[in-house]
Amino acid sequence: MGLGFKDRVVIAGVGYTKFGELWDKSAEDLLVEAVYEALEDAGVEAKEIQAAWCGIQYEFTGLSGGTPAEFLKMYGIPWTRVENFCASGMDAFRNACLAVASGVYDMVLACGVEKLMDQGSRGLPEMGGATGVGVQRPPAPSIFALAASRCFEVNGWTKETLANVAVKNHEHGSHHPKAHFRKAVKKETVLNAPIISWPLGIFDCCAMSDGSAALVITTPERAKTLKHKHDYVKVLANAISVHSLVPWFHPQFSFTGFPSTQEAGRKAYEMAGIKNPAEELDLVECHDCFTITELLNIEDLGLCKRGQAGDFVAEGNCNYGGKIPVNVSGGLKCFGHPIGATGCRMLVEITKQLQGRADGLQVKDAKRGLAHNLGGAFTVAAVTILGRNDI
Amino acid sequence: MVGIESYGVYFPLYRLTRADIGKVWGMPSGPGEKAVANGDEDSVTMAVEAGFDCLVGIDPGTVDGLIFATTTAPYKEKSSAPTIAMALGLPKDAMTMDFTNTLRGGTTAIRVASDMINNGTLKRVMVVASDIRIAEQESFDEQMFGDGAVAVLLSKENLIAELKAAYSFSDEMVGIWRTNEDEYVRHFEDKIENTYGFQANILEAIQGLVKKTGIEIKEISKLCCSYFDPRGLMAIAGKLGLNPLSQLADPLFTSIGNTGTSAPLVAFANALENSQPKQEIILAAHGDGADAILFVTTDKIKSLPPRVGIKGNLARKANLFSYEQYVKNRKMAKKEYPSPKTSPVIHWRDKEMELQLLGEKCKNCGTVQYPLVRVCYVCHTKDNFETVRLARRGKIFTFTKDYIRSGGAQPVPWCVIDLDGGGRIFLTMTDCDPEQVKIGMDVELVFRNLHQGAGFHNYFWRCRPVYKTA
Repeated sequence: MGLGFKDRVVIAGVGYTKFGELWDKSAEDLLVEAVYEALEDAGVEAKEIQAAWCGIQYEFTGLSGGTPAEFLKMYGIPWTRVENFCASGMDAFRNACLAVASGVYDMVLACGVEKLMDQGSRGLPEMGGATGVGVQRPPAPSIFALAASRCFEVNGWTKETLANVAVKNHEHGSHHPKAHFRKAVKKETVLNAPIISWPLGIFDCCAMSDGSAALVITTPERAKTLKHKHDYVKVLANAISVHSLVPWFHPQFSFTGFPSTQEAGRKAYEMAGIKNPAEELDLVECHDCFTITELLNIEDLGLCKRGQAGDFVAEGNCNYGGKIPVNVSGGLKCFGHPIGATGCRMLVEITKQLQGRADGLQVKDAKRGLAHNLGGAFTVAAVTILGRNDI
Repeated sequence: MVGIESYGVYFPLYRLTRADIGKVWGMPSGPGEKAVANGDEDSVTMAVEAGFDCLVGIDPGTVDGLIFATTTAPYKEKSSAPTIAMALGLPKDAMTMDFTNTLRGGTTAIRVASDMINNGTLKRVMVVASDIRIAEQESFDEQMFGDGAVAVLLSKENLIAELKAAYSFSDEMVGIWRTNEDEYVRHFEDKIENTYGFQANILEAIQGLVKKTGIEIKEISKLCCSYFDPRGLMAIAGKLGLNPLSQLADPLFTSIGNTGTSAPLVAFANALENSQPKQEIILAAHGDGADAILFVTTDKIKSLPPRVGIKGNLARKANLFSYEQYVKNRKMAKKEYPSPKTSPVIHWRDKEMELQLLGEKCKNCGTVQYPLVRVCYVCHTKDNFETVRLARRGKIFTFTKDYIRSGGAQPVPWCVIDLDGGGRIFLTMTDCDPEQVKIGMDVELVFRNLHQGAGFHNYFWRCRPVYKTA
């Protein structure tokens, strides 16, 4: 393994918009708001940024590094649009960290933005161009529903097992001022909601939303001269793992766990020197695009044993105040999933938690936090572990 | 001597009773029920299924001709016979023809095919007749028309019935028709069509056949005939002095309906299934004139390998749960369905894989896989494969039921299927009650028209529960 990120890359400032159906805001409005909040938080001016990466999934939000450069009028520097399904934002962050770790730059920006509501559809718009009739894919909920179906069969999970995740996350999100959905929900409501793709109902699925988030990334040396000189947050690990785009053709794919998350998690723990994640992490923001996803994330990230996530969540271990709080922000369930922005939003959340200034529920004495994204057909997984300044 | 070597039949799964149709419109209803194609079926998909049934135990690589007869071709300009030929696995240099726009296209095709075999141009020719005719709502035709396909294989070997003689003539008559602009079949006064069209044409053709061969018409075993309506058929029997109960092959009007171009062949297949050796069978069809063909069964009629056939297709049925579902299936309600984008280029590159359901076996690790990739899913060896035709049976490994893209009340099941003999595929399910779908259930793969994304017909496979054929 190479040098890693530890002690070489830190977060100097963060910013993010409210998430929701922001009809009156353009992608430009959102990105400007998030980036300027991050620059202000860092105490850095736009002209000091040497390179930047922006996570954007859809071409209708914007193409090329030219889009964010234009919105921010940050001309002249290298700008790259990063697209890697739901890991787009965290991959933008990964690239920014690599840039600083390499020593080529020492002040860079990672951000993400998405304007899903501009398409006005009730579900994710179709991606990509023409495909052959023999290799067509169903919409995202159906893809993850295949895993839920198989887990019902193999683990004995039920719709109630899934509903526990929705209830937990909505309760958490009701405390967060920037969340899209800020109301707790009853289990019966979740169980009786209309089905989107069996067995997933409306409350098992995250919503369509708009939003943006940004982070200023630098070296520890430069961070010591900026606003968060005493409490800048450290990047302990970052890993991405890409697995199959078409798991349904793989002869041995189990649908009860995702190799991409398992591998990204394993690499990140190794980088951060973490052996017992449930004990050593203080909070996890994982990709709960669907309730089933969060359950399998918990297992794939090694927070509990294989097949046990249903009980683990039901027992309250992942609630705020529990053994390993998962998605205390409310997760994608409450923020929705403006794809390019989500990874960065999670990192902003973890950063603020570690700095003791969380906007929603504050995890006490948080020292290490993990953020995770999973996109495509469980294809791309990204894991980042951040550490408090003094650990 | 040329004749029939094999036959195959396909009727869609669902039945709609005439009483249910009559009730909706407050009209009197005829007896029995009719077979109705699902929304993803057309004359081509049904022809392929009938073709598979016909080719039981026969190597498609030895079939060197295919004639597709229909009045409901999916294209006004583009041949469908090549699509059917490729799906069935016929060789590239098989001669393909579309005989369209006439209800007697099937019998004319049999005459042409047998002549080509007789003069040595071709050896083994499949004639497949198939129709999905749409009738105007609130009409009697809506109760009469049914959907179905029948395929016969003609050759000089292993015959179950020898073709002895044939007679044809043409007659200019505007009896039953559809112009380019018409959506529904039209006919003038039923009485005129029945008397001067159907009955007159059939009788004249049979007279011509009798004159040619000197056979005693009252002694034939079966008359297999197209028809306008069942009463007309009875009248024919009366005029020829035939016993309608024993000498008219049942065209299955009360169980399947009038299936257009395939209707006379439905009666013919029914006769073949119930015949003894050395019996005289006349196959006749009308449509601006008529064809009449005389067959005599052989000793081999009783030793044909089993196939789904008429009996199996009659057993393999399910009742459509409502007239509204029938309308929805036919998209007569004109709802907008999302159509995934495909492209003619991608289809051209992948045509064999799509139409023949090809997978490949890695020569290094033995894994059978789909689609045709360059690098093995399991051992990652590059370009070391043997192409195989995947099995059309398997078991569901996992599934979901999509309520978003279904466009209707019924969700669409998406199933990850482990195929018999290897290969894993991901298909939507058709011809099912979504409540039936379970992990571990057996499914069979059927050839269907999935959608018209990018403006052309996209044929591929779907799965459905295995329905009993006995």
